[in-house]
Amino acid sequence: MTAVPRRRMVPAYLATGGRSRPGGEGFERLTVLFADRAEPPTGLETEHRRLWDLLRPGALTVVEAAAHLRLPVSATVFLAADLVEAGCLRARAPIPPAQQTDRSIVERLLVGLRALR
Amino acid sequence: MDSVRSGDPAGDPPSGPSGDPSGRVGYLPDRDQTLMKLVVAGPFGVGKTTLIRTLSEIATLHTEEAMTETGRPVDDLAGLPEKTTTTVAVDFGRLTLPGNVVLYMFGTPGQRRFFPLWQDIARGALGALVLADTRRLADSFEIMDMVEEQGLPYAVAVNRFPDAPVHPEEVLRAHLDLHPATPLLLCDAREREASLDALIALAEHVLDALPAASPATQERS
Repeated sequence: MTAVPRRRMVPAYLATGGRSRPGGEGFERLTVLFADRAEPPTGLETEHRRLWDLLRPGALTVVEAAAHLRLPVSATVFLAADLVEAGCLRARAPIPPAQQTDRSIVERLLVGLRALR
Repeated sequence: MDSVRSGDPAGDPPSGPSGDPSGRVGYLPDRDQTLMKLVVAGPFGVGKTTLIRTLSEIATLHTEEAMTETGRPVDDLAGLPEKTTTTVAVDFGRLTLPGNVVLYMFGTPGQRRFFPLWQDIARGALGALVLADTRRLADSFEIMDMVEEQGLPYAVAVNRFPDAPVHPEEVLRAHLDLHPATPLLLCDAREREASLDALIALAEHVLDALPAASPATQERS
């Protein structure tokens, strides 16, 4: 694995400029992030490295990672998108897309809540 | 904004891992769980964070969300940038349910000027629990409007404060101008079972509001 994020020459809010699709497209607060390998990738800049280190022991959502790193959600999405693109982080949607409007999702919520009662 | 936490020293954010993850991080036990979102909405001080804290299995977390406030002067003749953004703390918590489900609860600010933030957080949510206080019911009107504009199914839970007046349900419904199908319940956000009941009532309502599925799964209500 040689592809690692390189240091940006532009600020984060301009960083999508040169991409075919904006970084972080498809990411939301509840996108699940987890490290793709046990060894830390080399050459990460500080903020990317902090995110990777946080996720090394286990999976977290974007919003949890943002809270732990005390970063804005938007910035966390950028970092995560970079790491996913570089192949050292994986991201998963909170709900499988095919089920998003499915009644079974809400039924599972209801059954789960009642079980805790 | 809603980051007032009794018992926490003011201005002293909870210590967390910075760079070096410690045992304080509540990692997700699995990677294949289905993650769902509900929003807990209401005016400042109505008990949103209390309810989330009551139910959450992790210490409640928060993100700082930068918001441009509408209605504030953006231009400045002196050329000095006027501070036009404000930071809002959005609290959230997490609850793992049987059946491989993880429920996230987000406390959302109730003021109209935070509408873009509200929309952003509410996107993808299954429903909203609107909290109200009988001492100031009108403070919940704005968020109820926003929830309805978003098209999100919601339930209203009156958080019972000890010195708050008690009204019959029909009086409350009339004051809040609730649709007959919208659940209205009384709740003490400090109590787990009452808070769970509020979410259960909301989930039932969300299900009722969804279009009926295939006949095979249609025998509800």
